[in-house]
Amino acid sequence: MSTQVLQERQHYLNNGYSLKSWLLTKDHKRIAVLYFITISIFFAIGGAFASMIRAELITPAGDLVSSETYNKLFTMHGVIMVFFFLIPSVPATMGNFFLPIMIGARDLAFPRINLLSWYLLIAGGAFAFFAMFAGGVDTGWTFYTPYSTTYSNTYVIATALGIFVAGFSSILTGLNFIVTVHRMRAPGMTWFRMPLFVWANYATGVIQVLGTPVIAVTLVLVFCERVFHIGIFDPALGGDPVLFQHLFWFYSHPAVYIMVLPAMGVISELVSTFARKPVFGYPFVAFASVGIAVIGFLVWGHHLFVSGQSVYAGLVFSFLSYFVAIPSAIKVFNWTATLYKGSISYATPMLYAFGFIGLFTIGGLTGLFVAALGLDVHVTDTYFVIAHFHYVMVGGTVMAYLGGVHYWWPKMTGRMYPEGWAKLSALFVFAGFNLTFFPQFILGYLGMPRRYHAYPPEFQVLHVASTAGATILAIGYIMPAIYLAWSLRYGEVAGANPWSASGLEWQTPSPPPTHNFEEIPIVTQEAYDYSHVKREEIEVG
Amino acid sequence: MYFLVAVSVFFTLLIFAAIFYFAIRYRRRSETELPESVHTGLTLEIVWTVIPFGITMIMFGWGASIFFTESRPPDDAMQIYAVGKQWMWKLQHMEGNREINELHIPINRSVKLTMTSEDVIHSFFVPAFRTKQDVVPGRYTTTWFKATKPGKYHLFCAEYCGTNHSAMIGWVYAMEPQDYQQWLSGAPKGTLSEAGAQLFTDLACVNCHKEDGSGRCPSLKGIFGQTVLLAGGGTVKADEAYLRESILNPAAKVVQGYQPLMPTFQGQVTEEQVVELIEYIKSLTPQTADEPAGRRR
Repeated sequence: MSTQVLQERQHYLNNGYSLKSWLLTKDHKRIAVLYFITISIFFAIGGAFASMIRAELITPAGDLVSSETYNKLFTMHGVIMVFFFLIPSVPATMGNFFLPIMIGARDLAFPRINLLSWYLLIAGGAFAFFAMFAGGVDTGWTFYTPYSTTYSNTYVIATALGIFVAGFSSILTGLNFIVTVHRMRAPGMTWFRMPLFVWANYATGVIQVLGTPVIAVTLVLVFCERVFHIGIFDPALGGDPVLFQHLFWFYSHPAVYIMVLPAMGVISELVSTFARKPVFGYPFVAFASVGIAVIGFLVWGHHLFVSGQSVYAGLVFSFLSYFVAIPSAIKVFNWTATLYKGSISYATPMLYAFGFIGLFTIGGLTGLFVAALGLDVHVTDTYFVIAHFHYVMVGGTVMAYLGGVHYWWPKMTGRMYPEGWAKLSALFVFAGFNLTFFPQFILGYLGMPRRYHAYPPEFQVLHVASTAGATILAIGYIMPAIYLAWSLRYGEVAGANPWSASGLEWQTPSPPPTHNFEEIPIVTQEAYDYSHVKREEIEVG
Repeated sequence: MYFLVAVSVFFTLLIFAAIFYFAIRYRRRSETELPESVHTGLTLEIVWTVIPFGITMIMFGWGASIFFTESRPPDDAMQIYAVGKQWMWKLQHMEGNREINELHIPINRSVKLTMTSEDVIHSFFVPAFRTKQDVVPGRYTTTWFKATKPGKYHLFCAEYCGTNHSAMIGWVYAMEPQDYQQWLSGAPKGTLSEAGAQLFTDLACVNCHKEDGSGRCPSLKGIFGQTVLLAGGGTVKADEAYLRESILNPAAKVVQGYQPLMPTFQGQVTEEQVVELIEYIKSLTPQTADEPAGRRR
């Protein structure tokens, strides 16, 4: 296939070049690209905050920035990364682009609502930007009361409004996915023929729709107390500060699964494609996603073991927390078993998948530490917890996100990324990540509390190691930004199915036509059936 | 703990080894090869569901039993009060000694801390004692520990509390008992309950709460630790939390047979003075064995 043919063929990218054709598009693929650009900017900003945090922590004294600034840095790092990068990350970009194509649909069920959800994220981001530039916010991304409602003199309301509005973006995306999966599957695409990426995004949609309204209500209550002094959380006004923590974590713990479930879905695709084998134990992996979504709603109290909640509540939440560990373990075992007797390629997406499995395993197992009541008392609110959730959120979700971006890049853009550079960046990310966050497990166990601007000198060596790792990690993140942009123009032209993958998205040309398929496919095979995949099958079609 | 680390290291190595072994053993040898299919084994799925579940239940039991012990201070623990505020720790000993950002304790003696905050949530964290407990405004929380080696240990605030959170730190000095006694004697005279008795008179509490029960309000003699009948039915145990509530918000739980006449002392007394009043009221009950506030029935 020559470049000439590609340019002549109508596809979603050359179907209109005006700004209006992008900003008013109802095409799920174009909306996914809008999301991709938006959250990349958020990731860069959140990353810049992280760099400043790590730079401050090189020395024990708080000498680079003031305490006020440091507190704002870690707050805005958390707010941007959690609400404006991790929550939309995989579903809003790759989910938006590929969920309809993978089930043989021409678009999501509600294309206009899909566009609206992008605008809501932008509106929420605008509030957060206002808060950042007007002077910042210093409550921590957790907004614990009564500090956030009574004592903080920063832009709490603007930030909370931003999260409130962005939350509706998340709800609408989830709703769109649920309806699409129920109503728009191609003929023959039964539930158990759906790729596991679709299962994972479906389960995520359920959490988004059921959980996000709770954080919205909670933020409204914070607003009422801060602005109208209605006593809800501040004991001086007759409220209960721990009530806030219950409400906040009722959403924010399931939100962890909003962030990691779609990433697990990506990994299922990568492991299967690059081992050229069906995912081992497909139904178990599918139901593990649903299981995580359901049990994830019952464990929020494990964030409150030392908050003063009753001892018996602590026992119940600890017990249930161990239940949610099992479906994650099942997934890791099944991915590993998929490799058995496979045909394993070391392409960049697979390197990221290996990285994910390794780091997520460590992140998950250290979750068992913090779920153990007696041990959590010591390590909670220390760097151990920081390390634990960065292993899951960065070692897990961001690794899968980058793996997915490389995997689907040829489909989204019609160009290959440069393989050598990509492998090098994957190596930098893996090495840099471990050097950044592994020392933090030790720091936390030794008693280094989180959110400390200055710290006792005995912790310095490990902090310096962590900052050194963060530098390598930053290089690993900047490299793809450069070579992926480069590849848009100079990358090798990609065929329809460069990986000889089995999903429906590879049965349509790269980039896909506006309506995804010339003809709606009729599905006759199970997911991940490689016996019918011919290399570059559709390319000339 | 070692069990947890061992299990984690074992599974991490298992997964890493399996990935490395499979990735090398089954590396792609030609671009067109199609591996044979491997059928999913139900037995295998059950095995790697049930075994990890069993292991996690052991972890749960271990963690829960430690937590349970930690939440129950021994009956003979010595009582110390702590008040957190932005950004300092204020500590009060029964003998009347007061400290800021320093806590002196004897070794080999259980120490029970009863804590509250004047403003936002703080958390009392001594890494060396493996103890951490949030300090919540508007209520008491408790924790306890027993130092075994004399020395100087870090005291941190572990719950983010605002601008100078990282400066809300101090030291715990664990001392030989005789050194501790000597340290105590260097303090101004007047125990907590003596200070409380003075306050009880100054604030005119004594005018209504007459010891013989002839006043307009219930006598507080022998009240601590008892179960009190409330107006409108129901009972409450007269522990530190109830006494604190009745001083700051007297109308919340009125004793049966009495009118809600008492004014609130919210804003009139500091958290330290509330503690002194409580200690005075406790001293009106003979041999208060410092029963843990958390224990019910």
